[in-house]
Amino acid sequence: MIQTDVVLDAKGLACPMPIVKTRKIMKELYAGQVLEVQATDKGSTADLKAWAASVGHQYLGTIEENEELKHYIRKSDDKEVAEKSYPHVVSNEALEVILDENPEALVLDVREAAEYAFGHIPGAQSLPLGDFDEAVKQLTKETDIYVVCRTGNRSDTVAQKLASLGFASVKNVVPGMSEWNGATEKVH
Amino acid sequence: MGVTPMTASEVAKKVVRKEPLFILDVRNEDAFADWKIEGENVEYLNIPYFDLLDGVEEILESLPTDRDVLVVCAKEGSSIMVAEMLAEEGRSAHYLAGGMKAWSEHLEPVKIGDLKDGGELYQFVRLGKGCLSYMVVSNGEAAIIDATRMTDVFINFAKTLGVKITNVLDTHLHADHISGGRKIAEAVGGAYWLPPKDAEEVIFAYEALEDGRTLKVGDTTIAIQALYSPGHTIGSTSFIVDEAYLLSGDILFIDSIGRPDLAGLAEDWVGDLRQTLYSRYRNLAEELIVLPAHFMIMEEVNDDGSVSEKLGTLLVENHGLNIEDEAEFRQLVTGDLPPQPNAYQEIREVNMGKLNPDEETQREMEIGPNRCAVR
Repeated sequence: MIQTDVVLDAKGLACPMPIVKTRKIMKELYAGQVLEVQATDKGSTADLKAWAASVGHQYLGTIEENEELKHYIRKSDDKEVAEKSYPHVVSNEALEVILDENPEALVLDVREAAEYAFGHIPGAQSLPLGDFDEAVKQLTKETDIYVVCRTGNRSDTVAQKLASLGFASVKNVVPGMSEWNGATEKVH
Repeated sequence: MGVTPMTASEVAKKVVRKEPLFILDVRNEDAFADWKIEGENVEYLNIPYFDLLDGVEEILESLPTDRDVLVVCAKEGSSIMVAEMLAEEGRSAHYLAGGMKAWSEHLEPVKIGDLKDGGELYQFVRLGKGCLSYMVVSNGEAAIIDATRMTDVFINFAKTLGVKITNVLDTHLHADHISGGRKIAEAVGGAYWLPPKDAEEVIFAYEALEDGRTLKVGDTTIAIQALYSPGHTIGSTSFIVDEAYLLSGDILFIDSIGRPDLAGLAEDWVGDLRQTLYSRYRNLAEELIVLPAHFMIMEEVNDDGSVSEKLGTLLVENHGLNIEDEAEFRQLVTGDLPPQPNAYQEIREVNMGKLNPDEETQREMEIGPNRCAVR
């Protein structure tokens, strides 16, 4: 079970309806929100993927269970072109080396749960932006923390918040998971 | 301006007659690149339906008004939607009834010729997938060779002719499409024949097709003579019907030859393939009409919609039969092979009786073009 913001039931619908309905509901979502589309039309996987690519949304992946498909799509985020302002950054490559040498280092993955589910750095802790206020209470301020998202923007915001709360060692990982070449693992 | 369906049969006739047709294919780009309706005078525009949800104004200029426009999608729903949008803009368009699914499953029967004792030989052309099946009819009986999974077509055709199907044969264990042979044999109470070397893993009873064996159709002299011709598979068997027709299975096509790699044994079978093509077939009468189990390109289809050619002509014109150098031949059939057919391993398992997927899954497995040949 992957947590998403909205679930669309398109089961039993034939092409083109799954895409028509997905498109309609995506217009109502906020940038960055994740939609789960439940469908039974097998052609919907390739079509959703192609449609998402053509309009710029992020297709996260599909899970197939008992003839039923669950597709995950994240609405494109205009803010992702915004400037990063948190000064302490490490590159993807540098983080790979650090994780080899220091298994205690904590990788905080601040993408949505569905993005995390379809591929994250092994050992990374999932902390979606919406859960931040609660989850931050569980963290110790002395830990070396590496914040990662898809392109370095959401993680920039979180890194700033953590620093202002008094966390001693916080780095933003750039560019982030969109260009991560190291090992990953999936939830499913 | 109406939205009217065009059936797969109507499209097949247009393609065979080389009539002009404009296809607006609204499947996604990968699906279109993988396979589409082929034809000498067919023109295409591929715009996925999801790029047209806001309207079709932008493509109106690209659509001709001097010939039929056919909107095509996977199953038909999206093509109806797009055709209706075109109609609202005052443009008439047809949609392909049943979509590419129906196109893939459509069989067009063509009479190949009369047999000596008054019997007939029919070819069933599956244009969308490049598969060819055969029915030999004589004196109230019929034999079917390389049947596709659309078994009703064969059973109904025999009914219309008023003949009883007594034998069903496969030239080899198919890897690109699901055989309907066993199902037909069970339905009509006939015998199902397979070459034993291809049937080592099958989990059902069958009659062994062995070299030199002769089957009778009707009680006349129409004979189906089995000729062991390995290469595409180790068991591949050709049939000589009525001393006039050579049913070559997936060994020899009109413009290409069989590929030996679909059971994973290209290196082992390339020698067999060469021997079949360069010695066994060369010892046969050049007057024999070659009737293969597949065609790959529309150029192989004759003007009457059939796929056939004299063996003597192929011995001269088919590139695959004219490679003197054995190493070069080996390179052609094991080197730069085209991609393997969609789901070919699963398809082999279905044909062995090991897998029993539902019809929808079978359909998905067969999606895509035929890829049994090397040129």
